[in-house]
Amino acid sequence: MWIAFKLNEMTLEKQNIQVQKELEKVTILYAGDSGDGIQLIGNQFANNTALHGNDLSTFPDFPAEIRAPLGTVAGVSGFQINFGSTEVFTPGDLSDVLVAMNAASLKKNLSRLKERGTVIINTSGFDKKNLRLAGIAPEDNPLTNSSLEDYKVHEIDITKLTRECLKESSLGSKERDRCKNMFVLGFIYWIYNRSLNSTIDFLKKKFKGKEEVLQANLKVLKAGYHFADTSETFSNRFEIKPAEMKAGEYRNIIGNQATALGLIAAAHLANLNLFYGGYPITPASDILHELAKHKNFGIKTFQAEDEIAGICSAIGASFGGDLAITASSGPGIALKGEALGLALMMELPLVVVNVQRGGPSTGLPTKTEQSDLLQAVYGRNGEAPIPVIAAQSPSDCFEMAYEACRIAVEHMTPVFLLTDGYIANGAEPWKFPTAEELEPIALKVKAPRTEEDAPYLPYKRNEDLVREWAIPGTAGVEHRLGGLEKDKETGNVSYEPENHQEMVKLRAAKVNRIARHIPKQELDNGTINSKLLILGWGSTYGAIKTAAKELQMEGVDVAHAHIRYIQPFPENLGELLSHFDKVIIPELNDGQLIKLIRDRYLIDAKGLNKIKGLPFQAQEIKEEVLNHLN
Amino acid sequence: MLEVLEEKKQKKSTAKDFATDQDIRWCPGCGDYSILKQVQSVMPELGIPKEDIVFVSGIGCSSRFPYYMNTYGMHSIHGRATAIASGLKASRPELSVWIITGDGDSLAIGGNHFIHLLRRNFDVNILLFNNQIYGLTKGQYSPTSEVGKKTKSTPVGSLDHPFNPLALSLGADSTFIARALDREPKHLKEILLRAERHKGTSLVEIYQNCNIFNDGAFNSFTDKTNKKENSLYLEQGKPLIFGADQDKGIVLDGFQAKIVSLNDGHTSLDDLWIHDEKDRNKANILVRFFDDNAGDANALPRPFGVFYQEDRSVYEDGLKEQLKQEVELKGAPDLNKLLGGGNTWKKKNTGKS
Repeated sequence: MWIAFKLNEMTLEKQNIQVQKELEKVTILYAGDSGDGIQLIGNQFANNTALHGNDLSTFPDFPAEIRAPLGTVAGVSGFQINFGSTEVFTPGDLSDVLVAMNAASLKKNLSRLKERGTVIINTSGFDKKNLRLAGIAPEDNPLTNSSLEDYKVHEIDITKLTRECLKESSLGSKERDRCKNMFVLGFIYWIYNRSLNSTIDFLKKKFKGKEEVLQANLKVLKAGYHFADTSETFSNRFEIKPAEMKAGEYRNIIGNQATALGLIAAAHLANLNLFYGGYPITPASDILHELAKHKNFGIKTFQAEDEIAGICSAIGASFGGDLAITASSGPGIALKGEALGLALMMELPLVVVNVQRGGPSTGLPTKTEQSDLLQAVYGRNGEAPIPVIAAQSPSDCFEMAYEACRIAVEHMTPVFLLTDGYIANGAEPWKFPTAEELEPIALKVKAPRTEEDAPYLPYKRNEDLVREWAIPGTAGVEHRLGGLEKDKETGNVSYEPENHQEMVKLRAAKVNRIARHIPKQELDNGTINSKLLILGWGSTYGAIKTAAKELQMEGVDVAHAHIRYIQPFPENLGELLSHFDKVIIPELNDGQLIKLIRDRYLIDAKGLNKIKGLPFQAQEIKEEVLNHLN
Repeated sequence: MLEVLEEKKQKKSTAKDFATDQDIRWCPGCGDYSILKQVQSVMPELGIPKEDIVFVSGIGCSSRFPYYMNTYGMHSIHGRATAIASGLKASRPELSVWIITGDGDSLAIGGNHFIHLLRRNFDVNILLFNNQIYGLTKGQYSPTSEVGKKTKSTPVGSLDHPFNPLALSLGADSTFIARALDREPKHLKEILLRAERHKGTSLVEIYQNCNIFNDGAFNSFTDKTNKKENSLYLEQGKPLIFGADQDKGIVLDGFQAKIVSLNDGHTSLDDLWIHDEKDRNKANILVRFFDDNAGDANALPRPFGVFYQEDRSVYEDGLKEQLKQEVELKGAPDLNKLLGGGNTWKKKNTGKS
């Protein structure tokens, strides 16, 4: 049944004459030039979808250049969203609907559209100039030749309609044209039976004090909505019912935002000040931006002069008693290597977030990859073990950021948190916790000492091999730390051969003992009797989970385990793996977790490796599993 | 809290209280010994409890320094003491933070952090031990070595134009620059006191003799026979006078500094350049005296003392103020409100809302 709903500032009550069609799941890919405002409407649609109660997953995909050459394939920006009334774990393999704002965006993305899929085309993006910029010969114009005949095509001159709608506006022509993304958004809102309210509220906030711009955007948004209704472009409207999800309160969350909130929550509950030292880098900068928004939590954000100063300032703050954080991506992490060794030698808490991107070197800054795992585990001089954990979805970034802080502070060590561009920029609904539900964090801070007390030994350890945090300002425990090898108790410089060997072993044992304080590895899907185990880590979670579920529905007995704690591994991981004859490890790299697993557990795991800067499609994993089982 | 502070102040300490039980590993005769002694002896005069003092160093001979100070300390990594101290001071503005660095540590590998610390103006003290050589790596030329310097890495002479550390610092908008010598301990101690009392980053360049790899680099300014001819000791509000018999003065002729004789009857004390630490233009000229080589005809003497001092807001105060303002604007932190975000929806058990 179609429900009449109210639009802000206008009432739209009418008898519905269109047919209402219910769908379980839809994938839409918005694509256009990087100046077309694609990311903005993608995010608006995602928030609206979340508020509508659907489960969802998003995948923003944009060029590294801020203003890539206009109209070219290199300059295409995309935003894919998969939403449904059932659980959604990935942004979808292929899309049901492709919005193409210009020729280049169609050229780049047509292969990502399902057979018989729907294309919504802005015809003014297919003029001579746009075709030329997209590298399409006039005779190959997809609007005039037969290349689109297998799809449902809706051609709309969005640019012209937007101009028409704003002909009385006092805005310049460039500013008017900039509103055309709102036309698309309004149009799609109508098709999916949505309220415009969330976007109206957003625009009012965004254009506060810019009345002309606000009115123009609102007008075009509504015009798009009404156009879909009156033009009868679509005979159907679609309804995707709210998804069945665990009871509770939800919000929509983007990965980097979740990471920032996890850090803030940990500092707050540990009763520590949060210090963030970092240098802007794609795709990690949004963590800094998010933290900087919440300075009323006492958060000190320090935009340092370079990556090295980012981590070093954090080390200084950690010595001073703050919960210290730095975040970066591969190239920046490479620069931080020496300082990481210092933090581990001094046994100070520090969280280092690596939002991985395509490498090596500058690589693919805006594309995703999982190729910094071995860098995190091994990438320092000397025997330098550092705990490594990884988030598996946008909302999991919260939990793992919190965990990174907990481990750092409770075990007095630098900790690596690995996320990647895919989950850092992707969004999903999040059943957020309350402060009361979060596990408390236990500090090991040294109390002041008087002359009657026993001498202070900076490197004396507890049963977990953890030393105490003696913070400047604490009388009687003045001490000196540094990068030179330490005597195992006094912390004084020591070149003793026996002491060095013992300290190397102690530092490794200390990291290994963290395994006693992390959850056991569980199967996400399947049983220990399943024929094959898909073993994953990090952002491949959604694609593997979808593949495993679909395979099971098709009668293929597979199991899925997803590792979040990589150094140390959960204590039971070896035992769990021993049940499976076949283990496949899909990774967005050339085989890194697989090296650690083979080395540690001596099993003949097989890799499935994709190194294209793109996430896995569930289909790719399913095919690989079937290959191994046949 | 106040009582505790009061108690801390009353407990009088001595230089000995600031020494550690660690064997000092500098070469016998190294200029570092003299600097360590002056720093240890100036500490009790600061009236700061030793648990509130932190020495941070990088890598190099001088950077062993924190091991010999019975305060909090960190012997960090090459070139990064300035960056580490920045984070420490941002996190704990109430601490007295001292950076110990050398010409290689601060001006080569750590050059970037050095200039950025100066422009941000954290209230910390930098003691730059300048020996114009790499000592710990056994004698390569440094960024302050003179052109033509023959070392192990430059057997036919260095081609590098050297840094002028004080001109560099002034260029980076340092708010306090001074120069001292390991062999003038009394003067050094005065400068250390001035540095700690300056609110902002205090940069003290200390000429330090490396008797193994660059012995006598500063003889012109330390050798009894000629040091007075080649050195100029700056005093606020006093005319610039130097020479074995204090018979030479400096006048400003336009933007040009010139040496005049005070005995020839043409120049009186009133004509001389009066030192003004607050005058940036004069400081810019003073730091360039460095360009003259001692012994050359009409060479300007090398100045020692405080060249320039400016009161400018310090980074950590601004940071504190911002956090305070944000609480006033957004209210006290409420974690549950933050986690909820704003746009939330509720799912009932059925999942059908």
